[in-house]
Amino acid sequence: MRILVVGGGTAGTIVANNLARRLSAETRAGKVRITMLSASDRHMYQPGLLYVAFGHMTPDQLYRDQASLLEPNIEFHVDPVKQFSLDKNQVRTESGKVHDYDILVIATGSRMVPEETPGLTEGAEFFYTEASAVKMFKRLREFNGGRVAVAVGVPHKCPIAPVEVMFMLHDYFKARGIRDKVQLNYYYPIGRIHTIENVAKWATPEFARIGVETETLFNIKEVDVKNKILKSEEDTQVEYDLLIVIPQHRGMEVLERDNLGEGGWIPTDRFSLAMKGRDNVYVVGDTTNLPVSKTGSAAHFQAETLAENIASIVKIGAPVRDYDGKVYCFIEAGHDRATYAMFNYQNPPDLKPPSKPMHWFKLSYNQMYWTSVRGLL
Amino acid sequence: MSDTRIIDARDTFCPGPLMELISYMKRASVGDKFELLSTDKGSINDIPEWVKKVGHEMLGSEQVGDVWHIKVRKAK
Repeated sequence: MRILVVGGGTAGTIVANNLARRLSAETRAGKVRITMLSASDRHMYQPGLLYVAFGHMTPDQLYRDQASLLEPNIEFHVDPVKQFSLDKNQVRTESGKVHDYDILVIATGSRMVPEETPGLTEGAEFFYTEASAVKMFKRLREFNGGRVAVAVGVPHKCPIAPVEVMFMLHDYFKARGIRDKVQLNYYYPIGRIHTIENVAKWATPEFARIGVETETLFNIKEVDVKNKILKSEEDTQVEYDLLIVIPQHRGMEVLERDNLGEGGWIPTDRFSLAMKGRDNVYVVGDTTNLPVSKTGSAAHFQAETLAENIASIVKIGAPVRDYDGKVYCFIEAGHDRATYAMFNYQNPPDLKPPSKPMHWFKLSYNQMYWTSVRGLL
Repeated sequence: MSDTRIIDARDTFCPGPLMELISYMKRASVGDKFELLSTDKGSINDIPEWVKKVGHEMLGSEQVGDVWHIKVRKAK
């Protein structure tokens, strides 16, 4: 049995490590072979980018060598897939090598695409890559007052980030002693300030308390960089001195090129995580088209479910459980307080008041992630 | 494109039905039609509100059991 995991982010790494331990006897006996293909020899803790953008972490703290995170019975290649041939149970890599599989797991993640919105790349700051997070921090450092506009593209990774960044901005400018010179404005695509109703109910008075002005039903259309004006699909516009954007995302180009899914999101069964129309191809993490948050947390819980099911398929010929839509997101409510949102397909989150211990838990998790991604936590 | 495409946004709290619809509409061409399935009763109000504000077209809505079927057309 050849199990091929494509993608070495949170989802792919947890699937591979979990499988490697569950199937250690089978791999030792040569009955199962687990292979991972990734685009990078390094693994990034992506939630740390928010801290980089505010000078609380440096980029080097976000990385580990991917090989050091993997169980020894996983065959690892830095050789991204160039072509998926699902009818042949085969992928071809950038190096030209062909990998055959019996079970394929696609976990290639997502990427920000600000270039799809006119003026956005030139006019806005982001924190979804190492380079953009460092650049945003430098812009914040040199910013001495005026209107900061924060707007949100669709779809985007980490739906809690827009809320978190407002609290972080408030505390950052307060610490610099210039909060009274900074106007914070928040623009959100739907008719309330967060897509999760209970998060919106909690954040609305919190935003009022820290002086954040909000406008809803605002979808980014274009940026007039020269005149510093952000325009919406709803035909409204705002002037800004500093523009920070949660950018629109897409799945990986190879998936669109090979017609695996529109926008690079693969049609996926919400319970089994199987690619629709395929019984030996599974999809986890950001790559699915599921109406589930594109977060490391969703990726984690999906990966655990999938690994248990694939191991069971190997051992007894059938999966044993469904993914229930579970997501657990920390919400940083400033530099020293946090809360969390936990929910699944059936149960909405019930937000608790932010606390310092929850913030310390989040800081701890920033280190515990490396245990988590090894599939141990 | 003449076929109506289904967006299954049942039982989702995040990103939620309207965010799902916006995501599909952004990639669509003018004239494309969608039928959004939602179990969030708020959808019956917030989706027409956004469709009207942005300038797309509501084609209709109906409740079947616990599911709202909301049909829209991209108009610009």
